[in-house]
Amino acid sequence: MADFVQLWIYLSSTPLFGLTATIATYVVAQLAYERVGGAPWANPVLWSVAAIGVFLVATRTPYPTYFAGAQFIHFLLGPAVVALAWPLWLRGGEVRRRGVALTIAALLGGGAAAGSAVLLATWLGMPLEIIRSLAPKSVTAPVAMGIAERIGGVPALSAVFAVLTGMVGALSAKYLFDGLRIGSYAVRGFALGTSSHGIGAARAIQVDEDAGAYAGIALGLQVLLASILMPLVFRWLA
Amino acid sequence: MSALRGLAILLLLEALGEMLTHALRLPFPGPVVGMGLLLVALRWPPLREPIGAAAELLLAHLSLLFVPVGVGVVTHLDVLTHHGVRLLAVVAVSTWIGMAVTGLVLRAMLGREPATEPRNG
Repeated sequence: MADFVQLWIYLSSTPLFGLTATIATYVVAQLAYERVGGAPWANPVLWSVAAIGVFLVATRTPYPTYFAGAQFIHFLLGPAVVALAWPLWLRGGEVRRRGVALTIAALLGGGAAAGSAVLLATWLGMPLEIIRSLAPKSVTAPVAMGIAERIGGVPALSAVFAVLTGMVGALSAKYLFDGLRIGSYAVRGFALGTSSHGIGAARAIQVDEDAGAYAGIALGLQVLLASILMPLVFRWLA
Repeated sequence: MSALRGLAILLLLEALGEMLTHALRLPFPGPVVGMGLLLVALRWPPLREPIGAAAELLLAHLSLLFVPVGVGVVTHLDVLTHHGVRLLAVVAVSTWIGMAVTGLVLRAMLGREPATEPRNG
């Protein structure tokens, strides 16, 4: 038993632990997700995060120990964002034709998401740093952190809120769109990408090709609009 | 091999994006500038096959890439438990408002497009 503990202590302090835990957990979560026919509640990001999170807390493994290995996966977010140009390019003409409509929808939808979060949090009497960290939560996590820094929020909190926002969107989008009778997969994907960034886009890609492409476009537009406008709005409010 | 060449191009464009962001003090992150650069670069046909292969591989597993940052939630469990339900309510309600506004505005502007067969979206 002592040998096993020694081995475990050794393994959990190498990057191999974080990398293996991330990929292995995700593969199992993805299999389960496919098994139940891709139901929204079985979202593989949600269950992977929950399983690894519970494990880290239960074994008192510090997050940096885990991240030492998981960073190799995390790093691929950069090239993945660059790669979003591919589905966009494949639909070039169509997107250009719809450019004005898409930009207006992104502006109003992104504004509604950020504005309602700030108003609700203010109304509930939350501390200012939490309110400011909530504002960029519809933008993909690494960018949300950068915006939070510039508007007086806490970057790490913004990343947490962005992840929660992505999960809420990925879990509930189907029911919301069905309820509103929004049938077009382009519109559904775009709305999901606007409010729930990359995690929403990841869900959209698995559901439908059109939805995935439009979610990618929405994610990119939200990054551009929020990076420019949010610091300006907060400077004007202050 | 094609996907690997594509990944090399993606990384190169990301690095170029980072350099432009720093040099010109752009308000966007490097990868987003890289995405813009790739849109221009795709006009060159030889890039299309490797980029397509790499992009499809990365985007098919996009969910996986969010797991490490998602697990970061454990570092802020105190804030989440302190403001708990109210904070979750703010996050959820504002997400739904954002989705509904975007969806309704876009549908109105594009005209009611015919619905395709229902899938789990």
